[in-house]
Amino acid sequence: MPADETPRTASPWSGMRYVLPLGAFLVLAVLLGIGLGLNPREVPSPLIGKTAPHFELPQLLRADEKFSEKDMRGKVWMLNVWASWCVACREEHPVLVALSKSGVIPIVGLNYKDKREDGTAWLARFGDPYLLSAYDEQGKVGIDYGVYGVPETYVIDKQGVIRYKRIGIVTPDIVKSKILPLVDELNREK
Amino acid sequence: MKNKLIVAAMLFSTAMPVLASEAQPAAADVALEKRVTALSEELRCLVCQNQTIADSPAPLAIDLKNQVREKLGAGMSEREIIDYMVARYGDFVLYRPPVKATTVLLWFGPPLLLLLGLGLFVRTVLQRRQTAAPLNAAEQARVQALLEVGDKERP
Repeated sequence: MPADETPRTASPWSGMRYVLPLGAFLVLAVLLGIGLGLNPREVPSPLIGKTAPHFELPQLLRADEKFSEKDMRGKVWMLNVWASWCVACREEHPVLVALSKSGVIPIVGLNYKDKREDGTAWLARFGDPYLLSAYDEQGKVGIDYGVYGVPETYVIDKQGVIRYKRIGIVTPDIVKSKILPLVDELNREK
Repeated sequence: MKNKLIVAAMLFSTAMPVLASEAQPAAADVALEKRVTALSEELRCLVCQNQTIADSPAPLAIDLKNQVREKLGAGMSEREIIDYMVARYGDFVLYRPPVKATTVLLWFGPPLLLLLGLGLFVRTVLQRRQTAAPLNAAEQARVQALLEVGDKERP
C-alpha cells in the first residue's frame, strides 16, 4: 500500500480488530489449557453420599463363606476393586499393604472379573492387604458400584454410605491428603 | 430350614449362569434385540469414551449390553434402564445428557459461539461496506490520476 494514502477515519473498532482476536485466542487457550489438565477418565460418581449398593458374594480365599457390605456396618472401611489382570493394581498394591499395616482402616477387596486361582496366586505373590476379598466373578457387583476402570476405591462410613471414590491408583499422596483426614473425620461420626 | 436355604441358594447360583447364557444368542428374539441395540446406542461406554456400548468391544460394554438385554427381557422399560445406568455411572453414561445447571454450557455453548461468530461476521461485512463506499476529494483525485496514467500506457 502506498505510504501517502490519506488515512481513513479511525473507527472505534480499528483498535479492537487486533485486541478482539487476541482476547478470543487467550480465552480459548486458557479453556483448552484447563481441558488438558482434566482427566476424562475421572467421571464424577453419582454414588457419593448414597448408601453402598447391597451385595452378597462368596469370598475369594474361602469360597464357602460369604461377604456382604452389611457385615461392615458400624465401621469405617475401604472397598478396593482389584484384579490379577490389572497392571495398575500392582502399582497400587504396596500403598494398600502399607495402609493395611498401619491399621487405620480395614480394607476389603473386590476381586473383579478374575479367575479364582489367579486372584489367589496374586495375593500369595504380592501379599494380602485385605481383611478379605469378595469374589465378583461376573462383574455384576462391579456394575452396581459403577466400576469401569480397575482399580477403584471407595471409603464407606459407619452408616454404610459411600463418602469417597477414587478411580485409578491410590497413591501415597492421596492416602495422606484425602483418605487419612476423611477416615479421621468419619471415625468421629456416630 | 437352614439346609433348605442353602440348597435354594445353590440352585439359584447354578441357575444364574444358565440364564445368562440363554440371553446370549443375538437372533433369539429379533424384537428384543432391536430394543437392546437401540438402547445401547444411547449409552456411552466408559472404557472407550467416544463409543456407545453398542459399538464398543470392551468387556465392560459387553457386560452392560448383557445387562440391558437381561433387564429388557425381564420387562423393565427403557426409561427404567436409563435411570439404572445413570444411578451407577452418572449422566456421563448418556450420549444425550439432560439439560441442567451443570450441562448448560455443553448444550448452549456451541450455538452461542456460532451466533457470536455470525454477529461478528455480519458486523465486519457491514462496516467494510460503509468504509469502502465514500471517497474523499483527495482520494477521488488520485483515482482520476491513476486512471489517466493507465489510459496513456495502454498500447
